[in-house]
Amino acid sequence: MTEPTDTPTPTETADRDSTGIDDRADVGLAVADGSTTEAEEIPSSEIVFDVRDLNVHYGDFLAVRDVNLQVRQHEITAFIGPSGCGKSTVLRCFDRMNDLIEGARVEGRVLYHGVDLYDERIDPVEVRKRIGMVFQKPNPFPKSIYDNIAFGPRLSGSREDLDDVVERALRQAALWDEVKDRLKKSAMGLSGGQQQRLCIARAIAVEPEVILMDEPCSALDPIATARIEDLMHELKNEYTILIVTHNMQQAARVSDRTAFFTTEVNSQSDARTGRLVEFAETRKIFSAPDDERTENYVTGRFG
Amino acid sequence: MAISSADHAIAPGDTPGGDGMSLFGSGSRRRGDRLFRSVALGAGLVVLAVLALIAASTTREAWPAFRSEGLSFITSSTWNPAEGRFGALAFIYGTVLSSVLALLLSVPVSLGIALYANEAAPSRIRRPVIYVMDLLAAIPSVVYGLWGIIVLAPFLGPNVYAPIDRAVGGWPIIGWFLHGTSGRSFMTAGIILAIMITPIITSLSREVIATVPAAQREAAYGMGATRWEMIRTAVLPWGRGGIVGAVMLGLGRAMGETIAVALVIGSQPGQITTHLFEAGDSMAAVIVNQFGEASGTHRAALVGLGVVLFIVTILVNVSARSIVSRFDRRARGV
Repeated sequence: MTEPTDTPTPTETADRDSTGIDDRADVGLAVADGSTTEAEEIPSSEIVFDVRDLNVHYGDFLAVRDVNLQVRQHEITAFIGPSGCGKSTVLRCFDRMNDLIEGARVEGRVLYHGVDLYDERIDPVEVRKRIGMVFQKPNPFPKSIYDNIAFGPRLSGSREDLDDVVERALRQAALWDEVKDRLKKSAMGLSGGQQQRLCIARAIAVEPEVILMDEPCSALDPIATARIEDLMHELKNEYTILIVTHNMQQAARVSDRTAFFTTEVNSQSDARTGRLVEFAETRKIFSAPDDERTENYVTGRFG
Repeated sequence: MAISSADHAIAPGDTPGGDGMSLFGSGSRRRGDRLFRSVALGAGLVVLAVLALIAASTTREAWPAFRSEGLSFITSSTWNPAEGRFGALAFIYGTVLSSVLALLLSVPVSLGIALYANEAAPSRIRRPVIYVMDLLAAIPSVVYGLWGIIVLAPFLGPNVYAPIDRAVGGWPIIGWFLHGTSGRSFMTAGIILAIMITPIITSLSREVIATVPAAQREAAYGMGATRWEMIRTAVLPWGRGGIVGAVMLGLGRAMGETIAVALVIGSQPGQITTHLFEAGDSMAAVIVNQFGEASGTHRAALVGLGVVLFIVTILVNVSARSIVSRFDRRARGV
């Protein structure tokens, strides 16, 4: 909380060094020029998602348009912006959760390792097995802690020893020591922060490659939030994480790259459509953004 | 509430600001609270009082029959008003059997419709489905009964029951049940009852299913559940208590249903058989068929049937409730 937003933590710096992308101006340029330049610089295996010209409609309403961005492996990518800017909508395109909303329609391409997730041959159920999701409000099932974690492995008919899977997931989610003696007890008896870590454990029990987090800390107190943020730093070594957050300090603390979205009001129809304003290294977004709107937002002068 | 606790906690003069006025709420508002509480309490007590009065006065009316028959009122199946023998076992059996048949037929269909309307149907189909189900619930039971006796029973006897009886009636186990050729029978009563209770069970369980939080559905979908897996793991466990409640209300209506059953069950007193395609009788049907010409002990015995029906209904409800709550406690791991 007290950390200045423009100073990257040691972990962040180390990580950037290791990926060899440390030149802010270069990254900023690459984004401004479009995705092609950047794609040549980094090996394509490091790009998990490549979003091209994404528009999402809800019925006649255009919720967000012209989104282009790339998500890299083992990084935390944060989506920030005011309410209604489409950041959650975009996040839900990565595991096709938007399919569940009647009237939702997606245009453009969301490439996952080069495969378009919106290709008609893609089964959204399979997508969601590989790309986990953690929601705004902790939503454990009203079952035991054990059964919550075992839910995904059981769905996919895993032949692994479930006890091992449960223990590993809970350890990874830094929850094992707190719950190891009450695995058969209801998950509903845990605190909010524990429930959210349980949901993270449930998501990673099936060993997805990516974890999507939709404002995972907005219902938690600062201490629980800090624990989740620590956990995200740990998980980054094995997973690629995308997080939507209302909390700019959180984006600054945890993420490697930040996408800033905002709303545009259509002067004719008065409809509000979300747009991606700027996508760059987090350090750059919070210290020297290219776009004036980004700067106004991150400095609190939202206009 | 906040006001009254505040004036217990803070003595006059301690109040920030000194005058203490704002913390001591006006008495009139508390009078309103008290009035509301007594009205609510009174309404609750009236329900209990009505129940107790009904139980007491019917038991008194039925007393001559209970006294002369003793326990054999519910253990004997000989019902012969001319000889003054009143054993209700066959009627209890008929009520339970026809209701259980109705549930077996109705619950899968009702849950299917409820899940379809809530989870699968596109919104332009959902509305009409719900509307039609609500309409079905509004049809008076005598209409179902008349349809049953004029259309359904004459059709089922020769065209459905007889062929089934010929085909499997001699088999072991299955033949014990699928035997007989009477159009007016336990089975026909069960079918009519199933049609009558389906709208209630559908409508109530649909409302229960609609209360399953979106977060629970998303949790299951987010883990890569298919629609059916989501229903099985998120919707049904969450709604189980309410769905069982809906089924119990349906069962209550089936057991108490009088006129429709009286028309189609066949009015065969004393019949206790596993043969579903044979005529029988139920408690409510006997009451409505015989009450007009009954007097003395016969009349008391019919009221006694009402008391037994009342008790059976309560027992079914109470045991169902306790099953549900035990089930839920275990599912939640508390």
